[in-house]
Amino acid sequence: MPRINSPAELEELRKGILSKRDPNKPCITLCSGTACHASGSEEVAVSIEEEIKKQGLSGKVDFRRTGCHGFCEKGPIIVIHPEKICYLQIEPKDIPEIISQTIKEKKVVERLLYTDPGTNEKIIHEYEIPFYKNQKRLIFGSNGEIDPKSIDDYLALGGYSALAKALFKMTPEQVLAEVKKSNLRGRGGGGFPTGRKWEECRNAPGEIKYVIVNADEGDPGAYMDRSLLEGNPHSVLEGLIIGAYAIGSHEGYIYVRQEYPLAVENVGIAIEQAEKYGFLGENILGSGFDFTIKVHRGAGAFVSGESSALMTAIEGKVGEPRPKYIHTAVKGIWDRPSCLNNVETWATVPLIINNGADWFRGIGTEGSKGTKIFSLVGKVNNTGLVEVPMGMTLREIIFNVGGGIRGGKKFKAVQTGGPSGGVIPEKYIDLPIDFDELTKVGSMMGSGGMIVMDEDTCMVDTARYFLNFLADESCGKCVPCREGIRQMLKVLTNITKGKGKKGDIELLEELAEVTRDASLCALGRTAANPVMSTIHYFRDEYEAHIKEKRCPAYVCKELISYYIDPDKCQACMICLKQCPVGAIAGGKNQIHVIVQEKCIKCKTCFEVCPSRFNAVKKISGEPVPPPIPEEARIIARKSKEK
Amino acid sequence: MKEKKVKAAASGGDKIEQIITKYQGDASSLIQLLLEIQRANRWLPHEALKKVSKELGVPLSQIQHIATFYKAFSLIPRGRHEVQVCLGTACHVRGGPRILDRVEEVLGIQAGQTTTDMKFTLETVNCLGCCALGPVMVVDGKYHGKIAPAKAEEVLKNYD
Repeated sequence: MPRINSPAELEELRKGILSKRDPNKPCITLCSGTACHASGSEEVAVSIEEEIKKQGLSGKVDFRRTGCHGFCEKGPIIVIHPEKICYLQIEPKDIPEIISQTIKEKKVVERLLYTDPGTNEKIIHEYEIPFYKNQKRLIFGSNGEIDPKSIDDYLALGGYSALAKALFKMTPEQVLAEVKKSNLRGRGGGGFPTGRKWEECRNAPGEIKYVIVNADEGDPGAYMDRSLLEGNPHSVLEGLIIGAYAIGSHEGYIYVRQEYPLAVENVGIAIEQAEKYGFLGENILGSGFDFTIKVHRGAGAFVSGESSALMTAIEGKVGEPRPKYIHTAVKGIWDRPSCLNNVETWATVPLIINNGADWFRGIGTEGSKGTKIFSLVGKVNNTGLVEVPMGMTLREIIFNVGGGIRGGKKFKAVQTGGPSGGVIPEKYIDLPIDFDELTKVGSMMGSGGMIVMDEDTCMVDTARYFLNFLADESCGKCVPCREGIRQMLKVLTNITKGKGKKGDIELLEELAEVTRDASLCALGRTAANPVMSTIHYFRDEYEAHIKEKRCPAYVCKELISYYIDPDKCQACMICLKQCPVGAIAGGKNQIHVIVQEKCIKCKTCFEVCPSRFNAVKKISGEPVPPPIPEEARIIARKSKEK
Repeated sequence: MKEKKVKAAASGGDKIEQIITKYQGDASSLIQLLLEIQRANRWLPHEALKKVSKELGVPLSQIQHIATFYKAFSLIPRGRHEVQVCLGTACHVRGGPRILDRVEEVLGIQAGQTTTDMKFTLETVNCLGCCALGPVMVVDGKYHGKIAPAKAEEVLKNYD
């Protein structure tokens, strides 16, 4: 492939690619993101390839392994174009039927369609499934249509046209002005206005400047950056090159977690292809602008996602943060101006350049423009990645897109913003989600993790969980963070173990305040959020743990016991056989009894007890009833007596 | 023990040498270089670190700092099979800790340790980004999603 040397040549190439593609030719796309891969999509891919050959359709049908479609709950997912027929939870054995029925006969295979859990209606097309219908997929939408390893797929969808526009029809100042006007705010967590950061970096003294993609996505429960890099790496590259042009930078870095091997691979391929085509390197598209990108793999440290820490890591040192009296936009990598933005932020830039700032400002709320990708996970029916306009309410996201709470349980809270965020209780379910509203209720946007919790989630345990994570990830450089988190974790652990004391809540509040005010970087400054917000909204749960030694959600092991109700037990032997420690006494026709001293509270008995008996109970905050005497344990079975 | 270590280092010696040569003394590539050695050799022998220090002109103390700071690096030999139990938030609320309890019990080790027969190394991870499959356990890169404690035990029996 020869280099492209002008926008006209780019359009020529695009025409060439499109002319070889018949929009009416059937095309099978298969989600091959990490989650679908884990559910067996590669086996499905192999059988699609075999079956196409076997049924004599080679050349008559296209097949594409695409990035993440977002509906991870139902993976592996197949979408058949051009009709967009969507089949879910596909296994290799389904493939012959799909090929012979849908591809050859144009018939729909009913059993593989999405079934609406409310109406039991079968839904044929991807765009009609409520999970997709209620989203606005501007950034994430192309993921399901392109093979991330093929630059031609990206070009076919208009890829790199924003770059051509920026380089040839706009000055760097105009690009900057457009991004500033769009009011785009950083998608990585802080929500800092992107345009202002670019401007600061552009105006900072120094010849050499850097632009960086932060793909050190460390928030547990958030994986949208990975899915974008894996599924549509060129969109991130295009945004980065445009940003570099506006800022006046000629060197860029992509800092990506080594835990994301597929993202590392795909972004590497994308850079190679972009270099070949002349979107990267010297004299890009014949514009005279030079820019190169290096990939830096992160070695697994949450704190290294902080901007100053990340830049230190790129220098080859330990990724610890430093005080930021001077912004990294002025003094970053090797003390040179460095502009760092999140993956999603960069991927938004081409859209703004192509459609204009006014278009972008038309989406979202007063203070937060555009869309945001959330990872909707936890106790929700439709786990997956969802992209919605800013300002959509929690209720709409969880119930309309997410399909409500699993197993018909009651919604309790949603945790946003990862370990730096907080929980939002049910009373705010109609809260419109944007940067400012989330901060007002004591949480934050963060990178967009949204963990749904139901009545079976203990809030003290949740706070302990996050503090445990943070204690592990604190780099230990500053005392307030290192010691503050450790002490808060100690108090919380005691509470969950039934060793809580009067005054613990006040002690937590005091520690939280100091950690927040005195820590060096955002990790410590926000570490108290999970504690503060759970205390604020669920103080009664803390009090139940401390005063009554009771865990209302029956989660904290030390505070609960399992007990078999002798009136309900049918001596079916199931729990007795499954108990891993042999803590259940009894036998055939003999009511089962849990020997409390042996019980490790693994919950197995509770889960395996048939729902028609429902004999295993959880007890918390009260003593376990004494076991019934041996002689009363015999069950006389009427049917057998007769 | 000492002899064993030297042997282990020697067995991966050629590979390690090649990796170091590839980076041509570029100190800013230190982390990338260590990652490659870790991947090729599955742990970082002391001999290798000394060699890196010499070739890159970076003090050994600084290399030790990096090797102990990041999760990806191991300074001790690892088991033949790597077991990771995800304790990300989504897996946590769906029962990840119970999976870990059971695996720890079955293997007789705590997270972060290796069994004495060098068969398994057990680790916890904070989110693999497969939240739809939670709770998740990964053995040698193979994902086992929506796993129950009893199933986890069964899976581990298939490895030797």
